[in-house]
Amino acid sequence: MITTAPHTSATFPAWFTDRQQAAWTRYLATPTPKRGDETWRFSNIKQLDFAGFSRNASTDPATDLVARSSGLEAPAAKFVFINDTLAHAESRLPAAAICLPLAEALVSHSALVEAHFMRQETRLGSAKYAALHEASLTNGMFIHIPDHVEIPGTIEVHHWLTGANTVIFPHTLVVTGTAAKVRVVDIFRSADQVQPGLAIAVNDLSAGPGSKLDYVAIQAFNEVTRVIQINETAAARDAATTGFILNTGAAWARNESLSRLEGAGSRSDMLAVSIPARAQEYDQRTFQHHVSPGAFSDLLYKNSLYDHSNTIFSGLIFVDEEAHHTDAYQTCRNLLMSDTCEANSMPGLEINADQVKCSHGSTSSQISEEEIFYLRARGIDPVAARQLIARGFSVEVVSRLGDDALEALVIRFIDNKFANIATGGA
Amino acid sequence: MSYEAAAVLDTETHDAINIDRSKGDFTFPERNKFDAGRGLTGKTIDYICDVKNDPQWLRDFRHKALQVFLDKPMPTHWASKDLDNINFDEIRYYLSDGEKPKRSWDDVPDDIKRTFDRLGIPEQERAFLAGVEAQYDSEAAYSNVKEELTKQGVIFVNSTEGLHQHEEIFRPWFGKVIPTADNKFSALNSAVFSGGSFIYIPKGVKLKQPLQAYFRINSENFGQFERTLIIADEGAELMYMEGCTAPKFETATLHSAVVELVALKGAKIQYVTVQNWSSNVYNLVTKRGLAMEDAEVRWIDCNIGSRLTIKYPGVIMKGRRARGEVISIALANTGQHQDTGAKMIHAADETTSNIVSKSISVGRGRATYRGQVHIPKHLKGCKNNTECDALLINSNSRTDTYPAITVKGNRHSTQHEASVSQVSEDMLFYLMQRGLNQGQAMSLAVNGFINDLVREFPMEYSVELKRLIDLEMEGSVG
Repeated sequence: MITTAPHTSATFPAWFTDRQQAAWTRYLATPTPKRGDETWRFSNIKQLDFAGFSRNASTDPATDLVARSSGLEAPAAKFVFINDTLAHAESRLPAAAICLPLAEALVSHSALVEAHFMRQETRLGSAKYAALHEASLTNGMFIHIPDHVEIPGTIEVHHWLTGANTVIFPHTLVVTGTAAKVRVVDIFRSADQVQPGLAIAVNDLSAGPGSKLDYVAIQAFNEVTRVIQINETAAARDAATTGFILNTGAAWARNESLSRLEGAGSRSDMLAVSIPARAQEYDQRTFQHHVSPGAFSDLLYKNSLYDHSNTIFSGLIFVDEEAHHTDAYQTCRNLLMSDTCEANSMPGLEINADQVKCSHGSTSSQISEEEIFYLRARGIDPVAARQLIARGFSVEVVSRLGDDALEALVIRFIDNKFANIATGGA
Repeated sequence: MSYEAAAVLDTETHDAINIDRSKGDFTFPERNKFDAGRGLTGKTIDYICDVKNDPQWLRDFRHKALQVFLDKPMPTHWASKDLDNINFDEIRYYLSDGEKPKRSWDDVPDDIKRTFDRLGIPEQERAFLAGVEAQYDSEAAYSNVKEELTKQGVIFVNSTEGLHQHEEIFRPWFGKVIPTADNKFSALNSAVFSGGSFIYIPKGVKLKQPLQAYFRINSENFGQFERTLIIADEGAELMYMEGCTAPKFETATLHSAVVELVALKGAKIQYVTVQNWSSNVYNLVTKRGLAMEDAEVRWIDCNIGSRLTIKYPGVIMKGRRARGEVISIALANTGQHQDTGAKMIHAADETTSNIVSKSISVGRGRATYRGQVHIPKHLKGCKNNTECDALLINSNSRTDTYPAITVKGNRHSTQHEASVSQVSEDMLFYLMQRGLNQGQAMSLAVNGFINDLVREFPMEYSVELKRLIDLEMEGSVG
């Protein structure tokens, strides 16, 4: 795909230019994942052939896509990017909060960005693509909420992909200070249903002591687009973070989510709903890293599989030697809605501490005849009964977001997907 | 220890072993001096074939396996890096009886002697278990059992005898359940195997008594590279017991066995293993069973010893309604890594499998569960249940769980559950309040944790197992 070193804008600070060059060297030096790599077990390695993709300035009339960027009724701030280029910005945030396109923040808040920008090593398999992202990104969001500032409502960011064989590198960096609070939603979409695209996205979340940071990613690209999405979350003492991913789009999507519980008493909720249909493939890898004692993490991933779709879930709870009194849970549930779908689960635990409570569970099953019978007995026809059960299965995860407006938005995307599946998701 | 040590036992050894020869009519086996030397080359293979008088097909088979072994990389991308510490050039791949390392009773470590006492191991077996060169012939001791078996048409011989005398039964299944190229260590075993059992149970024969390797204890049964093949013909049933609860004192550091089970229509095989190698041994074992229609294969596996054990007993359910089960107990103490698990391959409709694994990590020990469940497309009504529970005793114990579950199609159900916990303070407090010391309370709690699995073992094993766990837990707390 991209064979020449990306050009870093001259307006960016020197440290950033150095980082991009170093990342490019690392990208070239890192081998492409191959069959047999444990982090790519069960994966369709062929999907990693990105030949023919290139960066592309927006060609569609921006006004159309900006108009289509409907999300929440009253977002606290709203940004629209088209092929990584800022097309729209509005903000009602308090003056103390920094919420800027990354290209702008790099100039105006260089030191602050440098302190937080891609500090963690990517360890779930996509180190090569994280390096490519770091070397190539031109924009994104930088959100910094200072100590004791709480943002009411949700910051909404739209990322549009347009033009055939286009690659984008969306980046979201959210930092909260002590006892701050923020909620951010990223919405990823394609301008049309036919042009293949590629998105290599990174979101970095750093929650300061006692702060609350919620992040939602809605991935609804068209079904000829491929996605790699890398999440890094760090929670300081008593911080609470929630990461939620909805996958309805893309031909192939790889999600890597890593939560590091760095401070005592921190909490991380890792949630995902995926509804693959037709030949869609979702490959999800998670890591719950308990560094400090007394932290809590809870993961719930639910997949509803239709047609010939395929999912992979590989999760690991890793408890460091000193992280006593850890509470860590991991659950992956697969609802099999067709004869031909395939669900792979690899729920893992690595425990080095004592006094821990850890469990993981993974189930794969179809809707039971008893459930259908129960609903039929109440006058609901079998197709509607299956639709209801499948929808309820996903909605259970969404309801953990704890914000009605945001939940309604996510459910809207879920219902769109069901409407787009033969028999309406039954 | 010197391999050239005198073949004559010193008096202390005699006293220690103290075999009453009149009782069992023991005879010493004749000594053959065969030694393939250290390291592994094509010559080693030829040497083994010559000594064992292998037919040409087996010679070719071994050579091919050697090539596979050399070509395959170490599985260190997922398994323990400790594997890199094995020096394949230092290992002796074949020693006939006469050249087995000899040692006197004095060389047996005190803790192992003490364990024998505590477990109440029969005197006759102690010396053998300790590896002291005073093997006795068990033919006489177990002649009644043997006679009974022969009457029923059961074949129970070592693998060499099996392939020489029963080639028509042996060869069609040999290497079929576990192909040579299955993994690096199955290839190694295929190249240099010697010893192990060959068992054939005829149609409809249901053995009431479990078969034990003890029955032919003077044969090369506890070899480094043993190869066992068990075939249960239609409707046959047997239970086979391997190993023993006592620690087996060994100086050879690499053990790599291959065990193949074939359960034909409606047959049932239970394979019970208690592994307690001394803690310098690499125990890298491939075990798999094939279950045809309505057949059942159960692995009951207990791992207490060794430095590193890598073992995932598997069942391929090839016929309708076949059933596979793995029941596994692992105890990892300081310096040990028990990397065990199960592999369930569903290959027919309505097949069911069950995995129950319990591990205990003590001191700096590390216990790992690694599992695979595979349900391919176009099957219906397959079910799997997996439960793995881990208990951590000390603050630096370690436990890992890495299951992999693949389900294709929607007419199946699988569930996997794992939990990690420690013995609760409340429980210990309650027991100590009733007069137990902390160690006793801990032992009781640990025995309770695995109690429902221990019951699956034959009576005498489960009693010994409980004592053994008490022993392992000693000094681990307080």
